Amino acid sequence: MSSLRAKIQDVFNEPACEKNRGKDAKARKKGCSKPPTPGAAAGGCAFDGAKIVLQPITDVAHLIHAPLACEGNSWDNRGAASSGPTLWRTSFTTDLTELDVVMGQGERKLFKAIREIKEAYGPPAIFVYPTCVTALIGDDIEAVCKRAAEKFGLPVVPVNAPGFVGSKNLGNKLAGEALLKHVIGTVEPDDAGPYDINILGEFNLSGEFWLVKPLLDRLGIRVRACIPGDARYFDIACAHRARAAMMVCSTALINLARKMEQRWDIPFFEGSFYGITDTSEALRQISQLLVKKGADPEILDRTEALIAEEEAIAWKKLAAYRPRLEGKRVLLNTGGVKSWSVVHALMEIGIEIVGTSVKKSTVEDKERVKQMLKDDNHMFEQMAPRELYAMLSEHKADIMLSGGRTQFIALKAKTPWLDINQERQHPYAGYDGMVELVRQIDLAIHNPIWCQVREPAPWDCQPAMKDEVPSTKSETPTVQAFKKFAGTMTDDFSEC
Amino acid sequence: MVRILPQSKAAAVNPLKSSQPLGAAFAFLGVDGAMPLFHGSQGCTSFALVLFVRHFKEAIPLQTTAMDEVATILGGADHLEEAILNLKARTKPTLIGVCTTALVETRGEDCAGDISNIRLKRTEELAGTDVVLANTPDFDGAIEEGWAKAVTAMIERITRRGEQARQSKKIVILPGWNLTVADLEHLREMVESFGLKPVILPDVSGSLDGTVPDRWVTTTYGGTSVEDIRELGTAEQCIVIGEHMRRPADLLQRLTGVPYVLFRSLTGLKDADRFVSLLSAVSGAAAPAEVRRRRAQLQDALLDGHFHFGGKKIAIAAEPDQLYQLASFFIGMGSEIAAAVTTTDMSKILEEVPAQSVQIGDLGDLEALGAGADLLVTHSHGRQAAQRLGIPLMRVGFPIFDRLGSQHKLTILYQGTRDMIFEVANIFEANRHAPTPEALDPLRKREIPDELRSSPLARH
Repeated sequence: MSSLRAKIQDVFNEPACEKNRGKDAKARKKGCSKPPTPGAAAGGCAFDGAKIVLQPITDVAHLIHAPLACEGNSWDNRGAASSGPTLWRTSFTTDLTELDVVMGQGERKLFKAIREIKEAYGPPAIFVYPTCVTALIGDDIEAVCKRAAEKFGLPVVPVNAPGFVGSKNLGNKLAGEALLKHVIGTVEPDDAGPYDINILGEFNLSGEFWLVKPLLDRLGIRVRACIPGDARYFDIACAHRARAAMMVCSTALINLARKMEQRWDIPFFEGSFYGITDTSEALRQISQLLVKKGADPEILDRTEALIAEEEAIAWKKLAAYRPRLEGKRVLLNTGGVKSWSVVHALMEIGIEIVGTSVKKSTVEDKERVKQMLKDDNHMFEQMAPRELYAMLSEHKADIMLSGGRTQFIALKAKTPWLDINQERQHPYAGYDGMVELVRQIDLAIHNPIWCQVREPAPWDCQPAMKDEVPSTKSETPTVQAFKKFAGTMTDDFSEC
Repeated sequence: MVRILPQSKAAAVNPLKSSQPLGAAFAFLGVDGAMPLFHGSQGCTSFALVLFVRHFKEAIPLQTTAMDEVATILGGADHLEEAILNLKARTKPTLIGVCTTALVETRGEDCAGDISNIRLKRTEELAGTDVVLANTPDFDGAIEEGWAKAVTAMIERITRRGEQARQSKKIVILPGWNLTVADLEHLREMVESFGLKPVILPDVSGSLDGTVPDRWVTTTYGGTSVEDIRELGTAEQCIVIGEHMRRPADLLQRLTGVPYVLFRSLTGLKDADRFVSLLSAVSGAAAPAEVRRRRAQLQDALLDGHFHFGGKKIAIAAEPDQLYQLASFFIGMGSEIAAAVTTTDMSKILEEVPAQSVQIGDLGDLEALGAGADLLVTHSHGRQAAQRLGIPLMRVGFPIFDRLGSQHKLTILYQGTRDMIFEVANIFEANRHAPTPEALDPLRKREIPDELRSSPLARH
């Protein structure tokens, strides 16, 4: 445990993180997220975070050493896509029973489980995740993994992030540490080249990285490893031979990016594939970093040519939506697709941003949003569900873009909603992804169900049909309902 | 006699189970103004919550005591207290249902003692809110046990004890977790049609039936009222559905003297008949015309549907009572049970499952045993196995996250049995293979008796 403690402290002390640099030593030690309030907490645990980061590695067997809930309640629940192996979607858990816990049979069961998986599935590697209970009873996961690796002749990687050590975000980072310690650099590729890059923190949700990869292919840039989206174990083991890296999701894997720079001299930048200008900027920076590391500078011109071509096509496609979406009010409430460049693109076609959460945004991001919105009041750290519901049911926005957690606030307030977090069904990355996002907004806002669900029930708006009760009490709501009905009619008529 | 085969693997492959605390929370969600609370680390709650949301497509009230490293070492009583007080202040629930997890149970925390202390210390703050505890470690049981434990705990804690004046028309119904929202609505209508007044505990048909309230509510809205739970003892009769509900029914009888009748399943003509007879006996009323009509419809469905079922091999993975319900249904239609997989060997009902053997296991077992079956029957996680085996999947139980409206599917009594016959028959219809000369070739894959093997005819 002490080494885990040290690792957590190391992760908290992240010099590449802007926010962290601003803290004093004491605040830094406490970590990034506030300790959750009992009875008022949301979000996953460290194990959840670790699994989220590593699970999309498609050919690895992920074995969860725990009683049932940790894996049984959570498997096969993310929309990352694989272009080949499907083993990552098979769930493995030691499903510890009371007897296992009481008799201390955890380690033996784990060892046997590793053997069974190796024999039945022959994966290139097995990742082992202890959780709260197995950490608490003191199972020595590292030792079991080491022994199993020797005995069965395959990498068995301990991912030490039991739930109680902290938040999902901490788990993300501990997963990165596990890759650094046990995987990256363990295989020497024989084909390293000057155009090799890594993409860190890209999950390939709904396959959206495949909207970007062809652009890189056209520039002759090879993705050595995309971690973790659609990754293979071997790619990650060789990732240390890339020339440059792009970090997509900074909160998740910044420690990995920085340490790979330290250890193997792989420079990185933080970028995003969400939004048109961000995608262009990302391509530009990748090329620039590669040139700095010795690639032929002619790639810079080719990159600019590609950007010009793709941007022109995307803007043209987007312009088609302007007549339908101009003046529509969007509420952005998310930590996921958070980039200012999405805001920029939406505003470019005449959409109004009536609010955006900046909870997970960097200081720089906030500054950009502020400049663009010209009104600080539209920025909020976090909004309570009740306030959000009130705002939406008063029709102060035409659509909310958010993650699944707040989905039902919008829907119950009879307001269009679009998922832009991990459960989403549509790919939004790259130029085409931005067009897709706008298309989905259009589809959501103009769906004919909205007029229907907002229509009051017939018994609430036709006083003649109501049972006559000669009391003042019952008359008032009837009259109000009628007014409301009349109001809705006129409102909706223009909408539909 | 069915053989019950114990789990023999170390690695569970594609779990069939959802966890026990999830089952307990599910039961608490069937109570009006309730807030289930997991006593464990954040992830325990988050995983269960996400799974509920994926199944019901609803906002689900579920909170956590958020045990961290320090609490894990020093004990979680403070976290429990803080969580209960926070919930009380923020959401004003009428019931807080505490479900323990493996983390606090492994620590061996005395949660019952902790809660007594909290109740004593915080009487004023907690006025108007009942706090109920279900001990539900994840390393034991699954939804079935958790659900039954929560119902038992609610009766134990809330129901007024002692023999009371009985209301002759009042019936208590304790449904198993595997009854859907539609099942409960139908059950209620059926009981009411005999002039009886049903109290259903838990009643997810009031809380998880997917409605649009006109305000934002942070607890459950709808379901059994706490007041009704308090007054269970005034009922004439208790009706229990599912073997796993025997324990709460026993307790209710012990505490209040209300007798119970247990139905292992309400699916199939025979069990529906038994149920209707019971209602007639209790109410003294004859079956209404509409019920008779439904029975006739089911008779016709049996006649029309049986062509599709005869000789079909069915592979089922489900919790014990649901396994019994489904296996009996398919056997009753002339199918065979090719594989039966379940979660635990603790239920008595397993001995009654009409199959040669029941494997305690996971969906990996279902996939291995079910190869060659005509239909897989399990929850949505069976989709990968179905795809790999090329066998259609009938989705039942929990979770069903890749189909809409599972809570509105009727599975009991005349009408539900009728609907299920049609559903299965339609799955077979949709997956019919056109005949090909290869598949029908009498010489292909012929099994040759040993004594003929040496004859020249058998050679090519």
